[in-house]
Amino acid sequence: MPYLGGEETVRELRRALSNPNVQSDQLRYRNTILKVIRAMSQGVDMSGLFSEMVKACATVDVVQKKLVYVFLCSYAALNPELSLLVINTLRKDCQDPNPMVRSLALRNMTNLRLPSLVEYVEQPLAAGLRDRAACVRRVAVLGWAKLHNLQASSEIDAAVVNELYSLLRDPDPVVMVNCLRALEEILKDEGGVAINKPITHHLLNRLKECDIWGQCQVLRVLQRYRPQSEDELFDILSLLDASLVSPHPPIMAATLSLFLSLCSGQPAVSLAALERVRGPLLAACGSGSREMRFTALCHIQLLLRSIPGLMGAHYKRFFCGYAEPAYIKQRKMQVLVELVNDENVAMLLDELKGYCTDVNAETAQAAITAIGRIGRSYSDRCLEILTGLLGLKQDHITSAVVQTMRDLVWVCPQCSDTVCFALEGCEETLQDSQGRQALLWLLGVYGERVSSAPYTLEVFIDGVRSEASLGVKMELLTATMRLFLCRPAETQDMLGRLLHYCIEEETDMCVRDQALLYYRLLHCGIEETRKVLQGRRSDPSLGVLIGRPAEPVSQWARSFNTLEPLRQGSIETESVSRGSPEHTMFDPKPNADLSNTLDCSRIEKVHSECVRCPTIPRCSPQSLQAAMQLVNIQTLAFTPPQTLPWRVYLYTHTCLDDAPHSTLILGELLYTGEEPQKAEVHKGSADGGVGAEGIEDDM
Amino acid sequence: VVCPLHLFRGESGGDAVGVFYEKVTALTGDQPPVVMSHKGLHFVHVRQGGLYWVATTTADSSPFTIIEFLNRLSALVKDYCGSLSEKSVQMNFALIYELLDEAVDYGYIQTTSSDVLKNFIQTEAVSSRPFSLFDLSNVGLFGAETQQSKVAPSSAATRPIQSSREQSDLRKSEIFVDVIERMSVVIGSNGMLMKADVEGEIRVKCYLPNCSEMRIGLNEEFSIGKSQLRGYGAAVRVDEVSFHQMVRLDEFDSHRILRLCPSQGEQMVMQYQLSDDLPSAPPFRLFPTIERDSGGRLLMYLKLRCDLPPKSLSQELSSPDQSAELKPQSRAVVWKIPRFTGGMQLSALFKLEVPGLSSASLLEVGPVGLSFELPKLTATGLQIRFLRLSPVQPGPSQRWVRYVTHSDSYTIRI
Repeated sequence: MPYLGGEETVRELRRALSNPNVQSDQLRYRNTILKVIRAMSQGVDMSGLFSEMVKACATVDVVQKKLVYVFLCSYAALNPELSLLVINTLRKDCQDPNPMVRSLALRNMTNLRLPSLVEYVEQPLAAGLRDRAACVRRVAVLGWAKLHNLQASSEIDAAVVNELYSLLRDPDPVVMVNCLRALEEILKDEGGVAINKPITHHLLNRLKECDIWGQCQVLRVLQRYRPQSEDELFDILSLLDASLVSPHPPIMAATLSLFLSLCSGQPAVSLAALERVRGPLLAACGSGSREMRFTALCHIQLLLRSIPGLMGAHYKRFFCGYAEPAYIKQRKMQVLVELVNDENVAMLLDELKGYCTDVNAETAQAAITAIGRIGRSYSDRCLEILTGLLGLKQDHITSAVVQTMRDLVWVCPQCSDTVCFALEGCEETLQDSQGRQALLWLLGVYGERVSSAPYTLEVFIDGVRSEASLGVKMELLTATMRLFLCRPAETQDMLGRLLHYCIEEETDMCVRDQALLYYRLLHCGIEETRKVLQGRRSDPSLGVLIGRPAEPVSQWARSFNTLEPLRQGSIETESVSRGSPEHTMFDPKPNADLSNTLDCSRIEKVHSECVRCPTIPRCSPQSLQAAMQLVNIQTLAFTPPQTLPWRVYLYTHTCLDDAPHSTLILGELLYTGEEPQKAEVHKGSADGGVGAEGIEDDM
Repeated sequence: VVCPLHLFRGESGGDAVGVFYEKVTALTGDQPPVVMSHKGLHFVHVRQGGLYWVATTTADSSPFTIIEFLNRLSALVKDYCGSLSEKSVQMNFALIYELLDEAVDYGYIQTTSSDVLKNFIQTEAVSSRPFSLFDLSNVGLFGAETQQSKVAPSSAATRPIQSSREQSDLRKSEIFVDVIERMSVVIGSNGMLMKADVEGEIRVKCYLPNCSEMRIGLNEEFSIGKSQLRGYGAAVRVDEVSFHQMVRLDEFDSHRILRLCPSQGEQMVMQYQLSDDLPSAPPFRLFPTIERDSGGRLLMYLKLRCDLPPKSLSQELSSPDQSAELKPQSRAVVWKIPRFTGGMQLSALFKLEVPGLSSASLLEVGPVGLSFELPKLTATGLQIRFLRLSPVQPGPSQRWVRYVTHSDSYTIRI
């Protein structure tokens, strides 16, 4: 932040600081220093005052000392030579009878972050470990961690490490926890502090003395412990039971994390623990702090992956409040979709229906998508609501409804009659390209049942010159071709016009290529065309995936109580809109987008290898596929179920924010049957260098 | 947006504030996502008092801990500075630096207990409004404008906690026990109660120089869970209760007494929840009529009734202070009613010119969201029977018990 008159201020303050009259008056001196700090916190560069501030450090006024230290620690890195002068004062303060002054000096000595000063700091730090005041020991213990990180190469004396280990028995709980923290940092290369049986039991016994932050730290460190016997395991679990239902969400979450890592071999115990935290998690969901609510919601989503029915009875707790921010509402809807069952479906849909007219377009869209998801199991009720929404004639609602209907029909072909009936007349309100693409797909696939389909397409074809969206043009080509196959008399003329335009006038290569392909295809005869274009209208394999099978806890236990669940959702909500279902069900964009930027010649085949998986736990191909989708491995194509050998073609790509290259990995999964259970993965990894940049932009 | 920046580990680099500011301002919508990332650095923030409280971390730390800490930190700053606003933070930046320095060392949370911290904090708070005794002594006379101020002086709520060194006799020793309930209610279009949840808490705000123990007595009929019923009167029932660690419950089962040693500042003593089973009818009911008039305008006739028992002192208000405003941005009509007594009924007729109004548009109207504050009332019926302090406080001390019910979300579908 540029600050006008910054130099003027610095000069004025320097004058004031070196004025002996100010220096002799404690209150004036302190106020001048306050002004310096205030200017510093506003972003003015105050480093020029360093030497004056060093002098101000030698004072008996603790408030002034603290203020000066704030300044010195911010600018020490710029003035390493002058900082040497501070060390003397600091070392003298370390001898002060007042423990507060001692701890202050020690803390700031280590906060200067100057490698050149390490030799002067070590001795007071060593003395600090043996100080009689707990607050000095707390600072000294962490000081060693700071020192270690400052000089990562230098080995910290083994004697110091031993002393830190012995300080785990310190009467002050904060010293104990700080020892854990320091040892974790110092021994990072060796995998952190050694967690053996005596240390574990000692820590567990003293858990109750710590405050919530200390407890969280101890619980986190203990995750590395592996109990030696089942009896010991259950002793630990029963000791921690009270923490599991703690009213403080951080403790509850840390304890559950520990439970899950301790019981990784005991799925039944893990599930029981999940049941136990239901109450505290629900309470956190109703917490006064929005952010805490959000965090709890994200973690409930994790839990639901293993126990889908966990919150079934409490579905009303996930109803949205009208003043809640959009990100909470969207999460709540995602949870509500998981909780639907025969008893609550009526109430739940009624509630979701209310959100569909939300002022926030994103929330409305999320609500409509949620209804579509429920429609996979309760199609009649949901279609009734969706059809009703079309009557509102609001463009963003209509667009979302049509997209939802397309996705629904792809999964449940039995809904197609109602959908076809509802489609009549909604093209007038559709504005955005995603919605129009969805409409075109539906018209193409179910054209024979929508009486007005040719007229609707004709309007699109007449306006194709002014059409800006690439996706709409391509979808229009396919839809017209498909409609031509079932209603040739009405469509022939407009198809000709469309192909002519696309081949002769269209500038975009993608559209042109597709039009040429269709043109040549038509030359091959109608039967060939039919074979190519009239593929499946629905995805039969998805039927199995809908009622999401309960996953083992170990799938997500690692990401529990980390930032990951909070981040995931933002990606999910962005990908609400997607292309035609038959392209890639889970890909946010139709893969046609890739072809104009990605050129085969640029893809470099890095390596191709075959991995044999000797043992595969008994599971159906479908659940395997579902599991892979969760770790962002997408399916390109697969053979129908119950055929042997069963093959899946997979791909995954890196999605880093600012990497210049992105990597696309293609793979084949081969499942040869029950007897010698094996699966082979052929990996072909392709590095899309320059060419792949375009892909990133689209993702 | 104010960010008192403090580098604890030197991992974030100096431009972290700038990066966060850009990220926040670049986004549209009501609130940016809680977690944002930039080059491997995660920003986690909470919003309190109109300020962003941001923590940065490179490791995958516990979000529960970070968010709880940020909330706790903002509460501490509020305790120490008196109130929470951009102005008070700017005025007390030195105090906040000091607070942060004592609470966190090298990115590790050391302590957030105001009892421990008060021994270390030396800087004195600068109150944005100077605290004067004059405010306090006048409470009964002129301050009795609203229910709230009748109960406690308004300045008391925004008051820095007393540091141990300045025990001047001028400052009164006071203790506040607040019972705060948040209702979230959904009433269907047919007037049926679809959902009614209450989240309640008892908070203690203590400004007593020395108080070793206090006892809070709740209703004798207070019962937890569905099965357990106590007493002969109307039961006061909640589904779940949790207490702060420091609360001792040896007399809770028999006499419903909480024993605790309050520390200075504000703290939560007890939290409880009740779902779907309110002891009384929801406080407000709405009777809407929505139609289209001959001129193509949208007519909304709303009749709002308050079903609380009428107070004996209540007077008939002709409600001249009501106001209504159309907010085109959020497509909402805001009807403000400054005061609403029990048993009262208010009605309003809104005529809206909507371009292209069709009969289908009527379906788009709604829901109605009410936000209100009910003083001296708890939805669950929880009451504080008594409040005893020991040892008996020397000199004048004041004890305040306040009840208030907020609408967390009170939705009536049309």
